[in-house]
Amino acid sequence: MMDDNATARFKRRLLKIAHQVGLLLAMVIICLPGIWIMLTSLRPPVEIMAKPPVWIPQEINLDAYVAMFSGVGKGGIPVLEYFRNSLIISVTSTVIAIAIGMAGGYAFARFRFRGKSGLFLGLMLTRTVPGIALSLPLFFVYARLGIIDTHFGLILAYVALNIPFTIWLIDGFFRQVPKDLAEAAQIDGCTRWQAFWQVEFPLAGPGIASSAIFAFLTSWNEFALASQLTRSVNSKTLPVGLLDYTAEFTIDWRGMCALAVVMIIPALTLTFIVQKHLVSGLTSGAVKG
Amino acid sequence: MATVSLKKLTKRYGNLEIVHGIDLDVADREFIALVGPSGCGKSTTLRMIAGLEEISGGAIEIGGKVVNDLPPRSRNISMVFQSYALYPHMTVRENMGFSLKIASRPQPEIDRRVAEASAILGLDQLLDRRPSQLSGGQRQRVAMGRAIVRDPEVFLFDEPLSNLDAKLRTQMRTEIKKLHAKVNSTVIYVTHDQVEAMTLSDRIVIMRDGYIEQVGTPDEVFRRPATRFVAGFIGSPPMNLVEAEIRDGKVDFGKGETLPLPRQFKGKVSVGQKVVLGLRPDDLYPSGHGIHSGEEEDVHQIELPVSVTEPLGNETLVFTEFTGRDWVSRMLNPRPLKAGDRIKMSFDLSQAHLFDAASGNTLRS
Repeated sequence: MMDDNATARFKRRLLKIAHQVGLLLAMVIICLPGIWIMLTSLRPPVEIMAKPPVWIPQEINLDAYVAMFSGVGKGGIPVLEYFRNSLIISVTSTVIAIAIGMAGGYAFARFRFRGKSGLFLGLMLTRTVPGIALSLPLFFVYARLGIIDTHFGLILAYVALNIPFTIWLIDGFFRQVPKDLAEAAQIDGCTRWQAFWQVEFPLAGPGIASSAIFAFLTSWNEFALASQLTRSVNSKTLPVGLLDYTAEFTIDWRGMCALAVVMIIPALTLTFIVQKHLVSGLTSGAVKG
Repeated sequence: MATVSLKKLTKRYGNLEIVHGIDLDVADREFIALVGPSGCGKSTTLRMIAGLEEISGGAIEIGGKVVNDLPPRSRNISMVFQSYALYPHMTVRENMGFSLKIASRPQPEIDRRVAEASAILGLDQLLDRRPSQLSGGQRQRVAMGRAIVRDPEVFLFDEPLSNLDAKLRTQMRTEIKKLHAKVNSTVIYVTHDQVEAMTLSDRIVIMRDGYIEQVGTPDEVFRRPATRFVAGFIGSPPMNLVEAEIRDGKVDFGKGETLPLPRQFKGKVSVGQKVVLGLRPDDLYPSGHGIHSGEEEDVHQIELPVSVTEPLGNETLVFTEFTGRDWVSRMLNPRPLKAGDRIKMSFDLSQAHLFDAASGNTLRS
């Protein structure tokens, strides 16, 4: 006779293994495109285009990266200019979007005012319009204003794109900070402003940081609008720069993937750094026993 | 001097009036409790005194000075919240010293005052912990410490003990009482727990639906409830309150069941008047198992059936059926009883209350 406990133990172990295999498969599926981009950037074009595909790389070199940085005319592209544009535009638009998002999110979380829910819904509805649908009208307006191919133009577009999202996220984080804390701070001698910076902001900080990552990544990766509103090295961002690798009859997949890797690395690093500070549960212990 | 005066204090949210022009004078160093069921406006009143809610009408004076439009920080008050509201990103030390830091006091002074307060509350060992590392009772203590450090003229407590378990609550209750004796400030204490109100305060303010029902010492509100509501609210188990009519000099409950009209109400009621008779469980007891407070002749005895008993060890709550409902009585030196037993019950009518059925006001006057 089989021991019931042994059966149960066996089942539990089996389930655990199945669980881990499932997780591994999911991870492979999620990571594969990234890994493939990485590999493609390191392989000679012959291998990339080979049919049937060569799964295991036979030859690995950094030719694509060397070419990329070797300047225009030698197979290179103005990658540093693109990088600089991307950085300026993403950082500036993120800072502005977070500043406005904090003000807006706080107002939605704390104050009662007329038309609050309507306004909130309106903000969210702007997110339902696909960015690409706006590109043509935006192009006309920008052309009239003369801000095509400027940092300012793109920053403006990205701020508008990010604000509803940051307001929505930050609203949620401020809601998690108990109202009692700001009131206690005011009784302890703070002005409303001091109560915000001394108590509510530090507690919502991790949430605001994660909203900042979202906003930054949206701007950093955005392609549809940038491809319409930028022209030259004055304002072209990295995603638009990818198009430099397409010629009339050919596409340099290797170069494109190499640029993609250059794009991914800062974003990945940033996420990695900030993520460590996203300590959840910081508000626990404030109220209740 | 830290007296607190409320003058026709009113709170409205839009068209909805929550607090209806209440008047109250709190003496310097008095411990006053605001009690009432939830939604009676007691917390709103406290928050208006604190300056956390704007007032819609009337005036608030603290120390003789009108503070209607002053922000909380300028009212020289401290408040202990029901949720404690400790700053989770600060240690106990920082929590307690926060108000002094905001006031830009020198660091040695902050350290000294935090040390003093933590010594009073026995928090010395916990100063470097964060609120999340504390138990409920300790958090409560830190919240009080934070209030003490400010050395305010008035302490406001908003149901400070309601998140604690029963045992801790009793313990903290005693500590609050000791604390009041030590710091000697005016205290306004909001609670829905009448035991807290009775045990702690010099005077109790009983509120209902935004009105003050009665203000008085614990003894006054217990022995001389001004309204039927106060009678039912103060005391545990609650007073037996039964509707009746005055007929032939008796309190007539209908269906031939009557009690004699209590002597203290002779001449104060009229024939046919609808009344509510109130009798505390302490003044109704199985004969031989209680103490009457007045004259022997005021004790009226009736044999009644027992419906339920609740033994508490030193006493038993006996529910007997009379006038078509259960009357709760307190049986001292209990002997075993079971449902269905018929026992002789003593009604100590010298302690009975009569309220006007329509207005709910006492007929004692």
